[in-house]
Amino acid sequence: MRFEPVVPKPGPKRNLPSRRFAVIGAVGLVLLGILFFRLWSLQIVTGDKYLAEANQNRTREIRVPAPRGSILDREGHVLVDNRTSMALQLDPIEIPTSVAERRSLYSRIGKVLGHDADWVRHKVQETKKNDPPGSPVTLEQDTPDDIVYYLQEHQAQFPEVQVNRIFVRKYPQGLLAAHVLGSVGEVTAEDLAKNPDKDLGAGDTLGKTGIEQTYDDQLRGEPGDTRLQVDSTGRIVSQLPSTLPKPGDSVRLTIDRQVQEAGEASLQSIGLPGAFVALDVNNGQVLGIGSNPTFDPSIFTHPLTQKQVDDLYDEDLGAPLFDRAIGGQYAVGSTFKPFTALAALDGGYITPSTVVNDTGSITIADQEFDNAGKQAHGPVDLQRALEVSSDVYFYRLGADMNGSRQLQNWAGDFGFGTATGIDIPGETDGLVPSPKWLNEAHAQEPKYYDPWVIGQNIQLAIGQGYFQASPLQLAVAYAALGNGGKVLKPELMLQTEDAAGRVLGENEPVVENTIPIDPADRSVVMAGLHDAAQSPEGTSYKVFGGFPIKVAGKTGTAERTGEADQAWYAVLAPYPNPEIAVVVTVEQGGFGADTAAPVALQVLQAYFHKKAEAVSGSSGSVE
Amino acid sequence: MESSRLPRREPNSGFGLLEKVGLAGMDGWLAFSALGLLACSLFTLYEASGTSIAGAPQEYVQRQALYGLVGIIGMIAVSRIDYSRFRELRVGIYTFLCASIFAVFAFGVAARGSTNQLELPFFTFQPAELGKLLLIIALAGFVIDGARRGSEIQRTIRILCLGLLPTGLVLLQDLGTSLVFAAITIAIMVAAGVRWSHLAAIGAVLAVFVAVVLVALPAAGMPVLKEYQQERLTSFLSPSSDIGDAGYQQNQAKVGIGAGGTTGRGDQATQSRFGFVPERHTDFIFAVVAERYGFVGAALVLSLFALLFWRALRLMTLSKNFYGTLVAAGIAAAIIFQVFVNVGMNLGIMPITGIPLPLMSYGGSAIISTFLMIGVLQSIHIESRAAERGPWID
Repeated sequence: MRFEPVVPKPGPKRNLPSRRFAVIGAVGLVLLGILFFRLWSLQIVTGDKYLAEANQNRTREIRVPAPRGSILDREGHVLVDNRTSMALQLDPIEIPTSVAERRSLYSRIGKVLGHDADWVRHKVQETKKNDPPGSPVTLEQDTPDDIVYYLQEHQAQFPEVQVNRIFVRKYPQGLLAAHVLGSVGEVTAEDLAKNPDKDLGAGDTLGKTGIEQTYDDQLRGEPGDTRLQVDSTGRIVSQLPSTLPKPGDSVRLTIDRQVQEAGEASLQSIGLPGAFVALDVNNGQVLGIGSNPTFDPSIFTHPLTQKQVDDLYDEDLGAPLFDRAIGGQYAVGSTFKPFTALAALDGGYITPSTVVNDTGSITIADQEFDNAGKQAHGPVDLQRALEVSSDVYFYRLGADMNGSRQLQNWAGDFGFGTATGIDIPGETDGLVPSPKWLNEAHAQEPKYYDPWVIGQNIQLAIGQGYFQASPLQLAVAYAALGNGGKVLKPELMLQTEDAAGRVLGENEPVVENTIPIDPADRSVVMAGLHDAAQSPEGTSYKVFGGFPIKVAGKTGTAERTGEADQAWYAVLAPYPNPEIAVVVTVEQGGFGADTAAPVALQVLQAYFHKKAEAVSGSSGSVE
Repeated sequence: MESSRLPRREPNSGFGLLEKVGLAGMDGWLAFSALGLLACSLFTLYEASGTSIAGAPQEYVQRQALYGLVGIIGMIAVSRIDYSRFRELRVGIYTFLCASIFAVFAFGVAARGSTNQLELPFFTFQPAELGKLLLIIALAGFVIDGARRGSEIQRTIRILCLGLLPTGLVLLQDLGTSLVFAAITIAIMVAAGVRWSHLAAIGAVLAVFVAVVLVALPAAGMPVLKEYQQERLTSFLSPSSDIGDAGYQQNQAKVGIGAGGTTGRGDQATQSRFGFVPERHTDFIFAVVAERYGFVGAALVLSLFALLFWRALRLMTLSKNFYGTLVAAGIAAAIIFQVFVNVGMNLGIMPITGIPLPLMSYGGSAIISTFLMIGVLQSIHIESRAAERGPWID
């Protein structure tokens, strides 16, 4: 042993250093062994797991929104497309959990945007409340350039804030067809729950109403994924292979811009709430459809103020958001008479030559029913009764058909009482009253409903009483009259196209029901309607008398309790083989020929003017 | 153990080169392990910290190289001194140790939550780093000095108290370093032959003390440790997902190490490159090595430490006197304890204590002080050979 302790006695035993050396060495070896074992375990045994975690760590996947497809009119004019907007967004992952840090972040961001911390907090909470987890908080859209530049220059101070380019809907035609087009909005948690089969993600844009909703699958496109390599502060280091967004397809509508413009402009010029519908009689395509008052669809591209929301629903302002053309529930007045006539002819209650002496009023079951202003039309046959709109004649038919379901069946066959199935949401069924329905309603709510009496059928014969229909339903019914009995599903979508304009799919006409109308019956009714529009004693002669194209049109003046009469006009043109059906209604518009017919005239002028141009290739006028 | 005491069979320590450059008598393997670790440190810093300081990408490497150079010169200088002289200076050294630590209270500057640095004209100095060496040589001296005075239990208590005074002073500034001080004290006591029963009693008291400080007092509303200290010590038990939180950072280091796999990710080492691994040039440099160079690289570093430890430990038995044995034990323990705590922290099995990895972590005080320790070990080696040669050669 070479070890020589300096303290020989009574120092440690001679072998002490060796023993203690062994202890320290053993402890050291054990410690090193633990490290080696742990290192081996982490790197060799579970290395792959950590590698995956590390890879996850450094990449951030950003959903890149796909530009939404355009909505076009039938000739390809753009009704809706996109513009890009710089949106200031807060990544929810980056929002600190500590209250103090969050507060400081909110006030720092708020300061840049000219707001206080509460404003930012409110935005964050709104998003949290409505949107699915992980949705970016959009603090400001259309951020001014100076703020964008400021944030980009000071990115290090605002790692939580991103300036993202987003797509916002743009409406080059202004208010045109606002009710049809509908609006888009950010996906909410509710949307996600409702559409589990759609590939929706937080922050996506979804069609909420109108065409945007119905054809959302076509319009939306597929978002891409940008995978970014980021450092621990979230700063982007580089971009990794990504999938590009696939732009949405375009939807070409059946809407004809000129027809639509004419209808909207003339309705608006009257200044009363109303609606118009123009249908292609032969295939159900909607050439124009509008509701007045209307709204600017672009307001939905920004967060709405409470006042804006209130105004959209305000009854005093005419509830601009309400689409009267498909959602209105109205008595249609005398425009219903052709269907009463067809039912009566079919049921053998009358023949075309049956004459009724119209003395201006009629008393049935001790109740007197009057013509408008008790005007007497003298002896009238069916054609004449339609021309002058003799109520007495049709009261008679209503009374005769009471007790059978003839009138109800024919109304139902023409589509009344059932939603038409048009490809935008918001439709109503309307109502064709029957004894069964009213008696059941009476049984349930005797206070509000009296039992069925013959008067109900008499009212129904002239489109009054409990009868309710939307302008669209009336247009579909007239189209069926015009085409000889095919009840068509009205369609707004003509075809879908990809971004390059290739047609992807076309909408085929759908015949919901074919009514066996006797051609002779139909021609009598059509003749009556033609006389009503264009023979000197016709109810709308003063409007259509000078129109160069032969039409078949019927006025309607529906009584509404507590309000002025509602004006209606339904017209088929050209007579006798019509292509287009136009229905117009003006709430509180009075006599149908006064307010509704002129709008229908404008629509027909626009339609035929365009057709003449197309045929002659010149600007030849049909007026 | 017999095989480790073979001085006669390797008179040149295997490195004739050292003799030629006037470094005769040095332990070549010891020098090799220390210089190898410094080289690993420089290489890792060179490859991994390029983006840490804007405008001066190699700032860390250059400064670390400078510290290393100063350290090597210091090591050579110290190795030329007979370490036994330190024993005579024990009171002065001990006084300087306590005073320098105390000076930090008066003039210290804060860094990373701890106030443990002194601002000197050319650089900030952490007295506690040098203090590790000073404690070893002073405490070993007191052990020898007091070996004949008092009963066994008195001797035990005396050593303990002498060790605990600077340990306590450091505890007030920097928890991690005070743990190293405590480890040194215990290691020297073990080497000095303090009875196991005494050591067991000390261990029991220590366990109670830790329990009280970490659990009982905070629970009673009297936290002894600062909040960040408490959080660091306990967070490794429950890694959290909160960025900026100690547990999160430690977990990120662990993920980086695991992701390194067998051969490492090189420049794909995203955990350390993109800042997920915190303090990647200092406390977590091991995680950088492990992620970049994998098990191969990390094991190499650990092996160099194992070599260093073995060579230090070996000097316990080679030393010409018992003082050298105690000093070697203290240095071996100080280094292996720091390695274990630091690497353990990187691997997620030890709490975050801010103990640097010797010879690897960036930092002048630690690098230079560790090289001085190596210098003392070299001195023990040189002296042991001289003493050995004496009877036969002279």
